[in-house]
This record gives sequence, structure tokens and C-alpha cells, in this order.
Amino acid sequence: MPPPRGFSIFRNLQSQSRARLFHTTAADSTALPWCLPTRTPIRSGAHSKTFTTHILRPRLQFPPSTSRRLFSTTPCLSHGHLHTPKPGEELKVTFVTKEGNEFTFEVAEGDNLLDIGQANDLEMEGACGGSCACSTCHVIVEDQDMYDLLEEPDDDENDMLDLAFGLTETSRLGCQVKMKKDIDGLKVKLPAMTRNLQASDFK
Amino acid sequence: MKSILKHTHIRSAARRGQRVPYACNGRFINTLHQTGDSQVAAQRADAPFRLAIIGSGPSGFYTAYRVQSKLPTARIDMYEALPVPFGLVRFGVAPDHPEVKFCINKFDEVARHPNFTYIGNTPIGSESLPFSSLLPNYNAILLSYGASKDKTLNLPGESTLSGIHSARAFVGWYNGLPEHRDLNPDLEGSDGRAVVIGQGNVALDVARILLTGVDELRKTDITEYALEALSKSKVKEVEVVGRRGPLQAAFTIKEVRELMTLPSVGFEPVPHSIIPQDTSALPRAKKRLMDTINKGTKSYPLEKNWKLSFFNSPTAFLSSPENSDQLSHIRFEKTAPAEGTNGDSVIRTGEHRDVSASLAFRSIGYKSEPISGMIEAGIPFDEKKGIVCNTFGRVARPTPDGDVQVPGMYTAGWVRRGPTGVIASTMMDAFDAGDNIVNDWLNGVEFMGKEGEVKMGWEAVKREHLGLGLKAVHWNDWDKIDKAEKERGAKIGKEREKFGTEQEMMAIV
Repeated sequence: MPPPRGFSIFRNLQSQSRARLFHTTAADSTALPWCLPTRTPIRSGAHSKTFTTHILRPRLQFPPSTSRRLFSTTPCLSHGHLHTPKPGEELKVTFVTKEGNEFTFEVAEGDNLLDIGQANDLEMEGACGGSCACSTCHVIVEDQDMYDLLEEPDDDENDMLDLAFGLTETSRLGCQVKMKKDIDGLKVKLPAMTRNLQASDFK
Repeated sequence: MKSILKHTHIRSAARRGQRVPYACNGRFINTLHQTGDSQVAAQRADAPFRLAIIGSGPSGFYTAYRVQSKLPTARIDMYEALPVPFGLVRFGVAPDHPEVKFCINKFDEVARHPNFTYIGNTPIGSESLPFSSLLPNYNAILLSYGASKDKTLNLPGESTLSGIHSARAFVGWYNGLPEHRDLNPDLEGSDGRAVVIGQGNVALDVARILLTGVDELRKTDITEYALEALSKSKVKEVEVVGRRGPLQAAFTIKEVRELMTLPSVGFEPVPHSIIPQDTSALPRAKKRLMDTINKGTKSYPLEKNWKLSFFNSPTAFLSSPENSDQLSHIRFEKTAPAEGTNGDSVIRTGEHRDVSASLAFRSIGYKSEPISGMIEAGIPFDEKKGIVCNTFGRVARPTPDGDVQVPGMYTAGWVRRGPTGVIASTMMDAFDAGDNIVNDWLNGVEFMGKEGEVKMGWEAVKREHLGLGLKAVHWNDWDKIDKAEKERGAKIGKEREKFGTEQEMMAIV
């Protein structure tokens, strides 16, 4: 299936200007307090569904006057650069957020999960910039069989996974998992990056 | 690291302050954050929110990042005692771990947000900018100033003999922390043996820096003066000693593995009686760590060597009759696992052994101290744990009925949870603090000052600051220092050559 129209342009725009988008969204939500937290994904329900990026990121429909405000001139180094998949060679990867929402992206072979997650503004951190020196891009592969298809984590990755919060049998570091044909359809869960304690937890 | 606590006399404030009778993190009484007045909540969504962050280490920056992404109108002012930012990322992370420092790219992005102001060269305390001057000018304050004080062993000879250093000071020295610029550890006069007391990652960092070839270190941003001293070092044997067993060691596997793969460095095998050989029943991380220690290095002994000693508790630092000022031996008492434990608690056996060493590094942890004026402002401090009393980052006063939240006060990082954990754990608790701040604000919870009062933040504090005669360093000034350091580094083939004194830093801005 060819990618939806405008998809690659849109994604390029995103990957080139993440720093800008980060601040921009932030500014937008000020005017729209009801949309806090800013990363409000669209719930997909119990069934997995493919989302193209324009559905995922309604914020770009905000008036261009605000979305183009350029606050930062620093290039953001913390995300990689995604490749554009060749038509017919798109690989699908699904991220399940900690709220249980699913997002599927069509990506090129060789891109790693951290870059994909960050380029699509999922709540995924790469404190060490994807150099396998921290555990902030921890993901959990949902399917054991799929996990077995991945190349074995090396010692360095396992050393970092040992420190990951909420480690499971099928945990990996997103920066070390590169998309390839035999894992087309991979589905990973993003563990909570906070302990998620809300006011209600204390009542 | 050095944090905001520039003056040691600050501790007296804590001594004067009430001892906290109840442990932190007890039961939390939700006095403040029932979803508050919905009208207040509605007003606040559009109201300016002013947050002061004390300390510019990773916990401060990650909290700022979280607050910015959830409440972009928040005006955040970050105070730092030193001219330069990043706390332990700059002064703690080992120079041969450049990848760990990558997070400063994110921090830089945070600092360039239009609603963010960096105020360096501004210690908070009684002899500089008083804590009390922040209180009326902010809605909330985040205490993220880290753990600046060393734990000591309080053993005979510890404070009198030369050759005994705190690992923290040594790390600060090679990383260019101005406070320890003149540490000058005597690595040349050494008998070739160094003992590190304590088994955390700082202990292993010290061991690794002592054992790594200087040509390897030359490529890093380690300070030139440290390189020079290390190039003359005679240290060939490093013993890293712990009071408890291998299963209780706090170091992580990456640091052990690095030491096992250093060229020309051998590892003395740990006796089988001390370390589990069948590791199959252990939890994953412990299993992998034990396996790595058991595997050791390919050969031993080599040109330089290191060893891990377990179940040894230091009892005295001793000198030789020839030179009564210089450390020559450390006396250890053997310990054994207490009955019914695998070593979590140990008993003394009465059996002693003397280990010869002319260099010793004490690496048994850090402690936070209260900032002068903090106790008076009603912030509860647990002196025993060396942390601000808090419940998941909300500063909370322990009472017999449970913890009661202190309005507008939050905490993150080592001053919140104690000096443990890696960047990922700091990030996580900073995100907690950030979420709590924003949620409390948007839920109409009580903050500092009167509701609806407009806080002026740095714009107001600045006036008081002017009278102090300190020059505040802002982010554009840091850019200049950063650039100058990189240029100095480029000339000698390094990524950066840090300025070792505050005067040098301030000369640039």
C-alpha cells in the first residue's frame, strides 16, 4: 500500500524541525489548556489500527502563525534522521503508549525504534543520544516470537537493560532495535517514564 | 556536586533546626491536593506560573523540561552556584564516558526556551543570595541542588594523615570542579598501591581513572593538570573494598566490565568461598554481575592489577614509623554475614588484617545538606538520610498522622532520594516532580503566596542580587565559556579543556 499522500513530506518536516515543534506545541497548548497534556493521542481502542502521522498530530492544524514561531535555533541532536521508505518497501511498526494507545508507522528498513519514536513525538527519551549508554529508551516487545526474531542484545545493551525500570523478559533498548523485513509488524510497548503518581493516588 | 552550598557554615542552620522526628516518605496526608477550587484552577490555567529551580544538574533540567512541555507558559528561573551549568553531568560523570554527557543537548534546548532564565554564579545562602529572597517572588521552588557533602568514616588517622582523599574530591579534581582544583593527590610518591573504600560506581570510576593509560584519557575532556599528575602516577595496584558481600555491592555491571577490559590491567579472582558460583537462581542483574566478576580478566597478574575485597570493614588508618604523617597501612576487620542473611547485614569477626597502601580514597556516599534559610522557611530536612523530606517530589512535613505537603515546595534528584541511581533514575524522578508541579498548579492546590498574586521571579530578585556584587551568568555567557573551553580543547586535540577556576570562567563573560 503506498503511503498516504503528503506522508513523507510531513515526516521530513517533522524530523527536521523537532526542536521547533517541541516548543511550538508547548505554546499552542497555553491557549488551549484543555488539551493538556500536550501529547494527547487519539485512542485506538482495543484493536490495533494504522495511523498516519497527520491523524496522530492534530497540532499541525493549529494556525500557522503560532506553529511557525521559531524559538530555538539550536539543532536538536537527540533524534536521528529517519529514512523515507521506498514505495512498496514500507515496514510497519506499532508503539503502544503507557496509556494503552496504539500508533502504527510505516518506516524504512534500518531505522531504529528510538529515532522512529522521537520523530513521531512519542514519549520516548534518549538521554545518551542513542549510544547505548542509558536505559531511557526502554521498550517492551509484545510478542515473544517477534522478540526471538530480533538479533540478540549484546553485552552493552544488556548491561543497560539491567538498570531499566520495569524490566521484562522481552525488554530491549529502542536505540538498538533496527527495523528490518523479518520484523515487519513489530509491536512494542513504551513503559511509563514516571511512577505516574497523581493526586488521586493519595486519596 | 558543589551545588549551591558554597559555605560550610551553612550546616549550623540544620543543627539549629528541629530534628525531624518522623521518617520521610511515611503515610501521605492529602491536605493540599484534593482537586482544589475549580475556579482557582480555571484562573490558573492562564495565569503566569513562576518556578525557581535551585541547582542546574540533570534533575533540575529534566524537571524544567517536563514542566515546559506540560505548562509552556511557566516562567522558570534556574539558580546555580557556579558560573557553569550541568552539575554532576559536568563534574561527576567520568571523562571517559562522553556518551553519558549527551543529555546536555536536551538541557541546552530547555535553557533556550524563551520562558527560561539561567542564573549562574549565584549561590543561595546566607552570605550570598538569601533563600528568603526567593520566597516572595515565586509560586514554587524546586530544590534540586544535589548532595554536596561527603560521608566520612570517622576513623583514627582519617583526618590527620596525608594520602587519604574523598573519592568525590578526587573525581571533582580530575573533572575540573573549582572547589577541588588544588587537591593535588600525591600519585608519584605512592608505593604503587591504592585502596578505595566503598563499592559504588564512584569507587570504580576512581579505580578506572587510576588504572587507565593516560594516552586513552588524553582523548577525553579530563583536565590537563589531572592528566599530567596521572602520567606520573606510580599506582599499579588498586583494591576496592566493601564492608558487605558481592551481592550487596552497589556498582553496576557496565563499570565492572570496563575495568575487566582495560588493556594491561588484570583482575585478581575473588575466592569462590566469597562469591556465588552457581548464579542461576539470582535475579537477572545480579546474575550477570556475578558472572562478569567470576569471569574476570583473561590473565592475571598483568602490568597493573585490581581486586575486589568483600566483607572488610576499615577500623584505622595507620602511618609507618619512618613517616608519621603519611598513610602506609589501612587496618580492616573482617566481617561475616549476619545469621540468616546473605550479607545484607554483617557482623564483625574480631579478625584484623593490615593492607599496605599509601593512597586511600573514601567512597562511601554523599549527603545533602539543607541550604541556609531553608529550615526557617519550613522545609523539613531529614538529617539522618541527608534528604529533604518529601513524598514523590512534593516536599512534605512528617507528622504523627502522616506527611503534610509544604505549599509550593518540590524536590528532585539526589537531595530528594539520596545519592544513588543513574541518569535514567534521575530523569524519572524529575519527571515525577515536574508532573506533580503542573498537576498541583492546574488542580488549584495551594502554592506560595496569595492566590492570584503576580510573582515577578528573577526580575524582582535581580534588584537584590545587584547589591551582592555578584555578576549573574546567563545562558549567553555560558555559551561564551563553552566556546572558549572547546577552543582550548581543540588546540590540544581534546573535545574541551575546562576552566579549573571560577576566575577563569568569569574572565570570559
